[in-house]
Amino acid sequence: MLKQTEGSQAVAEAVGLCRPEVICAYPISPQTHIVEGLGKMVKSGELQRCEFINVESEFAAMSVSIGASAAGARSYTATASQGLLFMAEAVYNASGLGLPIVMTVANRAIGAPINIWNDHSDSLSMRDSGWIQLFAETNQEALDLHILAFRLAEELSLPAMVCMDGFILTHAYERVDMPTQAQVDAYLPAYEPRQVLDPGQPISIGAMVGPEAFMEVRYLAHAKQLQALELIPILATEFQGVFGRNSGGLVHPYRTADAETIVVAMGSVLGTIKDVIDEMRDDGVRIGALGICSFRPSPLAAIRDVLKSAKRVVVLEKSLAVGLGGILSTDVRMALSGLQLHGYTVVAGLGGRSILKSSLHELLRKAGDDALQPISFLDLNWDVVNRVLERERCSRRSGPIAENILRDIGVVAASIA
Amino acid sequence: MDTQPIKFYQTGTFTVGNRLLGEDQRAVQANMQRTNSLNSGHRACQGCGEALGARYAIDAAMRATNNQVIAANATGCLEVFSTPYPETSWQIPWIHSLFGNTAAVAAGIAAALKVKGRSDVRVIAQGGDGGTTDIGFGCLSGMFERNDDVLYICYDNEAYMNTGVQRSSATPPAARTATTMAVGEHPGNAFGQGKNLPQIAMAHNIPYVATASVAYLRDLEYKVTKAMSLHGARYIHIFVPCPLGWGAASEDTIKLARLVVESGLFPLFEAEHGEVTGVYKIRKPVPVEEYLKPQRRFAHLFGNAPATKTIAQLQAAADRNIRRFGLLAEVI
Amino acid sequence: MFQVRIHGRGGQGVVTAAEMLSIAAFLEQRYSQAFPSFGSERMGAPVVAYCRIDDKEIRLREPIIKPDALIIQDPTLLHQVDVFAGLGPDGYILINTNRSFVELGLGEFASGLRVERLRTVAATELALKHVGRPVPNAALLGGFAAVSGVISLAAVVGAINDKFSGKVAQGNIAAATAAYEAAHA
Repeated sequence: MLKQTEGSQAVAEAVGLCRPEVICAYPISPQTHIVEGLGKMVKSGELQRCEFINVESEFAAMSVSIGASAAGARSYTATASQGLLFMAEAVYNASGLGLPIVMTVANRAIGAPINIWNDHSDSLSMRDSGWIQLFAETNQEALDLHILAFRLAEELSLPAMVCMDGFILTHAYERVDMPTQAQVDAYLPAYEPRQVLDPGQPISIGAMVGPEAFMEVRYLAHAKQLQALELIPILATEFQGVFGRNSGGLVHPYRTADAETIVVAMGSVLGTIKDVIDEMRDDGVRIGALGICSFRPSPLAAIRDVLKSAKRVVVLEKSLAVGLGGILSTDVRMALSGLQLHGYTVVAGLGGRSILKSSLHELLRKAGDDALQPISFLDLNWDVVNRVLERERCSRRSGPIAENILRDIGVVAASIA
Repeated sequence: MDTQPIKFYQTGTFTVGNRLLGEDQRAVQANMQRTNSLNSGHRACQGCGEALGARYAIDAAMRATNNQVIAANATGCLEVFSTPYPETSWQIPWIHSLFGNTAAVAAGIAAALKVKGRSDVRVIAQGGDGGTTDIGFGCLSGMFERNDDVLYICYDNEAYMNTGVQRSSATPPAARTATTMAVGEHPGNAFGQGKNLPQIAMAHNIPYVATASVAYLRDLEYKVTKAMSLHGARYIHIFVPCPLGWGAASEDTIKLARLVVESGLFPLFEAEHGEVTGVYKIRKPVPVEEYLKPQRRFAHLFGNAPATKTIAQLQAAADRNIRRFGLLAEVI
Repeated sequence: MFQVRIHGRGGQGVVTAAEMLSIAAFLEQRYSQAFPSFGSERMGAPVVAYCRIDDKEIRLREPIIKPDALIIQDPTLLHQVDVFAGLGPDGYILINTNRSFVELGLGEFASGLRVERLRTVAATELALKHVGRPVPNAALLGGFAAVSGVISLAAVVGAINDKFSGKVAQGNIAAATAAYEAAHA
């Protein structure tokens, strides 16, 4: 059914349709509306046979999910940014134990400095944790990916993270097509655990594994993700059959068939990129875009397949590998190894800085002229940067960087004098 | 004819099984059909109080629940010695997740069971003092506050034993540990620190809080059984000597677990919803020295220049407990 | 695509206004997107929200730099925040005030625009009268329907019923209708 609703609310409804059994939640911007929505659904009785637990920290949220999932319940939680880091130990634990928990990450920057706005640094900090990581481009895809995620996670016995841009998607009102309960039931059967805590058949879960077997256990986790590479497209095709939509899958190419330049990106920025692509195409530029939906497992073959005939690839990412450059672009580079083409990393939108159509036009024009640096930062204020560097050169007691910058750019609240 | 009242005394674990009692009053451990939930073959040290405490507690819980128990276990000695890959000595469904999240994991299991309508299956969370009073404190308090249907058992050997005997917030004052060495002006753990978890548990007003000691088997079994007859958040704090960490003889485990109670240093009591409902009376209090002397972790208090002031402080703490809890039996 | 930027202060329902506008467009079978600019949310701080309306899927995700219409819920922002940034000569402006553009000091500015696309509505007064609270957002949407014709009053009413219920909905509908009629005059 078509609805005009907030992204968070759409996700809450979709999760509700998945018949979750245990939901635990610790609030953090910008995920709060999701868990509030689910809490209300449970408390009012709209969502039955579901325990909603208000936990005392994100670490507790993931831990409660671990216990619930190990006891055979379909478990869900949501977090962002600092919260994801706070539960990091448990995030690794969940995937190490093979528990098919589904978690929404409302992508938000990680501090310091504290920042509540969108970028991908939080999810990407957990990229090696063994979780499946899927990125949504729109609120429609966000809600669809949750249904897909439960199905995928439970088939593989691996936890899955659905990543949606904080504020930009979570707090945006847009049109979505909400599935019916019957459709979701047709796609997502009841959870059948591979392992379960049951007095009828006692098992021990979580034993220590030493050098004699640890490598094998870890390889198997990797192998499972490679299995996911096979399964994701299959489940996406099945999804299309049940729901009539092309959500999920490994990658989404857009006008790449004869493109000389291809922009690679994840998440909501793809919408803006597509508008730019269309405008540049109207001007006769052979340009296209590749949206990455499955970040983990990394669809190296699928990426290579799309990019191999381009002359140049511009990876536009809302993430920064400090001291190296790009995170997504490093993955893409691996997919392209051995191929002769120009590759550019563009770090953009960190901490919620808007990615403007006009800036993208200028960027991609430059890319077309191969006039980009290998690594560049979109719309960076070099003046501010240089002022900080100069201040640090002149004085040891140069003060906290963030506060100094805020004062420089004239944010009223930051000035004391 | 004059009648002479005769008092019979139960002399603790020397009479496990006690043929003077009816079958239903005998200890779980006396029963050949006990579940041996923590089965033999585990790798605990000789004389490990925690291994004893865990078997006592879980076996009692199994009897009380018709063998329907799921346990979550914190990282620590118990977890490590009970599940040396590829073996496990647990006869019950058991999960080890992390060091600090056991109470939360248990809460999750309880929630799953509730949703699935399995009200017959009960959940126990267990961990050492480190995993309970320090790193697990946040999750523990959260579980208490929500009144989750979990019994949390803390096996307190008063330090982080598994990692090499480092100080925890349960380490008593003056005790030597690897991070509170017996050197300098104030050897051993500092005074004026530490957390009293049973009292903190009581402050949460949860349905049941109790302390127990492995020297008092029947009392321990009774308390676990009582706890399993209740629902909501429950907490049992069991004193478990660690011969290796304390520098005590492995055959002294039970003795030390009795002396700590009889000195008043470790009061045995029960509380419901924040009010003390019962205490184990000390028949004949012993001076703290008798408890401290057999442990090398307190050796620096004795010798040529005994730390009489420190010992007096410890005695004062014991006396304070005796007063506060009314631990002395009436003299007739 | 038609782009509306709504300015106000925290507590005046600016975000809700954008959401309701997007619902109104949805009710007319159009695509719409509404989102706030996310500053620190406290009562009284300047707030901006955006709404895009189109007949095809809206993919663009940047803030609205070149609005086709501005709704200004709080005239005290006029000389504090550059609310008019990016507005073209064909833009619509609706200001919540009982003063005129000239009285607000915007006379010269307004002379460069199309006069029939500029309107003021005393929305706060209407809200106080019909709802009993000084939240002008619903009333302003009624005024916006009148001045721009981009959405109908019926759609605005539908959006109000989606967001509110009972007496509050009724009051807001009355205020919106009154604003619509006043803006038409």
